[in-house]
Amino acid sequence: MTLTSASTNPAAPNVAIVQPSRLTLTLRYFRRNKGLAIGLGILLALALFTIIGLLVIDPKKAYPLSAALKQSPSLKYPFGTDFFGRDLLAAMVVGMWQTAFIGLLAGGIGTALGVVLGFLAAYFGGWVDGVIRTICQILTPIPVLLIQVVVAGSLDKRDVTIVTMAMIVAMLAWMGPTLVIRAQVLTLKERQFVAVAKLSGVSDMGIIFKEILPNLLPFIAAAFVGQVFGAVFASFYLAVLGLGPLREPLLGNIIWAAQSQGAFFNGWWWWPLEPAFAMILILGALALVNMGLDELANPRVRRTE
Amino acid sequence: MNIRIVARRLLFFVLVVWAASTIVFFIPRLSPRNAIRERFGELARTGGFSPADVEKLIASMQQQFGLDKPLLEQYWQYLGNILRMDFGYSLSRYPMTVTDVIAQSLPWTIGLLLVTTVISFVLGTILGAVAAWPKAPGWLRSTATPFILLTGVPPVIMGILLLFFIGFRLKWLPLGGAYSVGIVPTWSWSFFIDLMEHQILPALSLILGSVGGWVLSMRGMGITIQGEDYVNFAEHKGLTGRRIFRDYYLRNALLPQVTGLALALGTVVTSAVVVEGLFGLPGIGTALNLAIRANDFPVIYGIVLFITIAIALLMTLLEFVYPLLDPRIRAN
Amino acid sequence: MVSLVMNSAASAKSAAPSASQPVLRVNNLEVTYYTDLGRAKALDAVSFSLKAGQKLGMVGESGSGKSTLALAMMRMIKPPGRIEGGQVIVGDTDLMSLTDEGMRAARLDKIAYIPQGAMNSLNPVMRIGAQMIDAVRSHVRGERGSAIEDRCTAALRSVDLDPGVFRMYAHELSGGMKQRVCIAIGILLRPSVIIADEPTSALDVVTQRQVMETINRVQAEINAAVILIGHDMGLMAQAVDQVAVMYAGRLVEMSSVREMFTDPKHPYSQALISSLPNLDTKGVFRGIPGLAPSLLRLPSGCAFHPRCPHGHEELQRSVRPEPVTLPGGRMVACHLYNEDGHRHG
Repeated sequence: MTLTSASTNPAAPNVAIVQPSRLTLTLRYFRRNKGLAIGLGILLALALFTIIGLLVIDPKKAYPLSAALKQSPSLKYPFGTDFFGRDLLAAMVVGMWQTAFIGLLAGGIGTALGVVLGFLAAYFGGWVDGVIRTICQILTPIPVLLIQVVVAGSLDKRDVTIVTMAMIVAMLAWMGPTLVIRAQVLTLKERQFVAVAKLSGVSDMGIIFKEILPNLLPFIAAAFVGQVFGAVFASFYLAVLGLGPLREPLLGNIIWAAQSQGAFFNGWWWWPLEPAFAMILILGALALVNMGLDELANPRVRRTE
Repeated sequence: MNIRIVARRLLFFVLVVWAASTIVFFIPRLSPRNAIRERFGELARTGGFSPADVEKLIASMQQQFGLDKPLLEQYWQYLGNILRMDFGYSLSRYPMTVTDVIAQSLPWTIGLLLVTTVISFVLGTILGAVAAWPKAPGWLRSTATPFILLTGVPPVIMGILLLFFIGFRLKWLPLGGAYSVGIVPTWSWSFFIDLMEHQILPALSLILGSVGGWVLSMRGMGITIQGEDYVNFAEHKGLTGRRIFRDYYLRNALLPQVTGLALALGTVVTSAVVVEGLFGLPGIGTALNLAIRANDFPVIYGIVLFITIAIALLMTLLEFVYPLLDPRIRAN
Repeated sequence: MVSLVMNSAASAKSAAPSASQPVLRVNNLEVTYYTDLGRAKALDAVSFSLKAGQKLGMVGESGSGKSTLALAMMRMIKPPGRIEGGQVIVGDTDLMSLTDEGMRAARLDKIAYIPQGAMNSLNPVMRIGAQMIDAVRSHVRGERGSAIEDRCTAALRSVDLDPGVFRMYAHELSGGMKQRVCIAIGILLRPSVIIADEPTSALDVVTQRQVMETINRVQAEINAAVILIGHDMGLMAQAVDQVAVMYAGRLVEMSSVREMFTDPKHPYSQALISSLPNLDTKGVFRGIPGLAPSLLRLPSGCAFHPRCPHGHEELQRSVRPEPVTLPGGRMVACHLYNEDGHRHG
């Protein structure tokens, strides 16, 4: 008896239904996973706003005494100015850039730390795993923001810069990714292809970089987006509490300054409102992308149609 | 539940408190800043002390706080103090102790936290469960959507939006503070009304800012539970939708949701702290805010430690709730 | 190779028309799944009928539509799948014409389903008893609490379980016990049709046999028509009296067990039977050549033709074979046969 099958039999005409192209499938997927599409769209718009703003506007205007004081939005100052004489349009552009910078830097460091520690724990197991896991478990219930308050509060306010801010945030944000990556490496380790590689004498490093890492990329990407969200959120809270780099027009700082000066009591409504809206767009977009990625990675979370 | 599990959970609680205390002890000591010197430096500039007086004062203060002893000895003494809930003296409100400061502001925070957390958890859980339930009427399912859209808006920002629209534009509710300026706190009906009016916006910020999170986690869980064989079989058994919803779907989805509540306590409390600061309610948040502005380090550290211990305690207590919800946990 | 030509000796007698009406009649049942990649017809004009007390085994490769058929009969097809048409008549009610509430009431009462994944089919946070009582209460109004409990413990007894199981939780039971509980629930209301979807797939061999015996016994007890879905031909041969073979969403052959095992008609059934290990082949395993087709792009004409030793003619490639009833009452859908049981010219 000959071994023929439907897909290889040349004598089966009219069988082929054209497989839709990748682009069509992506678009169809976006139509169902609207959150991901909208989130990515908003992020793109914000990036354009920041990049064009940085090219067109003088960043110096984002600092005190560079503009008239307490002007409500007008043609000259589309976003108004604040109590300290900052042009809020410029402040938004610079603040957005700084927020993105902190988010990406802290998110990147946190994810990198998490990937390395998660790998070490899962791949080598034993006491390494025990120590890393216990530390994660003990640190998890401690509210990270409060520890960040202690760290930031112990620093001289003149020393706090955008980079220190990112470091403070990243320092305590690696537990989540560590546990996620650890769990994933543990399941990958049990898979056949790793065992085969090991038997055929591939070194530890070879297995890590050639076999396991590529399979982890989706999870690392998801952890990274989550980390960026967490970092933006944490740095924002710190700044709202007055623990940010006070001179910088970081979005949280602007809100802290506005609230300290009683902006609403004095009628300067635009001052706290603008950074609040900017923050909504950033966090909302990141949340949408994060949920969208979850849906992509775990189709069971898909909305029933 | 057997003794070993109880003992393990209690040990975990102790470990968490120890870790938090240790972090709070060592981080400030790694920093080049000297809290007392800074504080008295400020006093010297404003109060006209001579530098020599200040040095003497600092030395005596350091002795009083035990800062002249070796680090390890300080550490042991500090751990002992924490066991007695003694966090030292406030620098800016001396001779009040940190414990006094916390005790004074705690009732406000507990009141706000309890009310908002219960409302948002219950509301979010129900809305999320309904949103994931395909047989629920469309209008009911879509009730959850606005809350989901609000997920990206943290409570503080929700507070600013509410302040702008309801406080500033519509002038329906006050812009901040615990009660109106010029009113003397008395046990009267009108004072109570005034007090409540000042609580509505902060409470609303916290509720609106956190319901979405509960909706999302419950919806996600609900979709998973719906795919479970026992929900399918319940439908094959010809049970009414209402019964499947309540006994098969909701009860099983609730377990992870309560775990989620335990894990989210840190975020819930910190959100409340920041929102309190924003509205200037006299709770822990405002105490922390003032302490940060005044460089009152003992109060900052004391509040941080206190909140951490409270959260760890609550999490441990919640762990004892699981067995009531799940017979499988009860069994082992 | 089994002879494809009907032996004409058997053709004279037609099946004796039964005295009793069939208790289950499925007519032209159709289910389609609407996916991103296109439409998949998971069930294509499936028709058959069963009498009370008859046991039908439904076999086929995975993806052939066995489980879809079970779900469609219960009207439990979930989006993106849809029941496109057909009738499922139990007694004298067409389930497809019932309202949603009417269908809910019919489940378990007229037609019961014993699930495939019995391991997880019981609610982990409710006692077994509570899960039996709520099933009864959803269908029977005004029965006293003690009467319901008696009914439940009787059902537990008839599947060989200790009535003490009533007060236990699912995690306290073994896999076989859980499957028995599911069977006990299935017979609570003495339905006239029971569908068991691979009821033994997750069990060890000894427990499989016990569960099959239990199904047999309770079926005899309540005289229900049983549809047993599975791919284990060996287990099937001992448990059922009729066998139906599905391929790519269609019923390709249905006959008595004996006829199926001694003289399968459809080339696919022949391949299935000859792939069974027996004493003659001495453990040499012969698979069925080729791959099961994807429902998204079924071969034209007869869906089996690319794998069929007779499939290379124009007829097979362009025309879909319609089911024919052969003399003797057995059914086959294949171009090799016509109403007389003879091979087409």
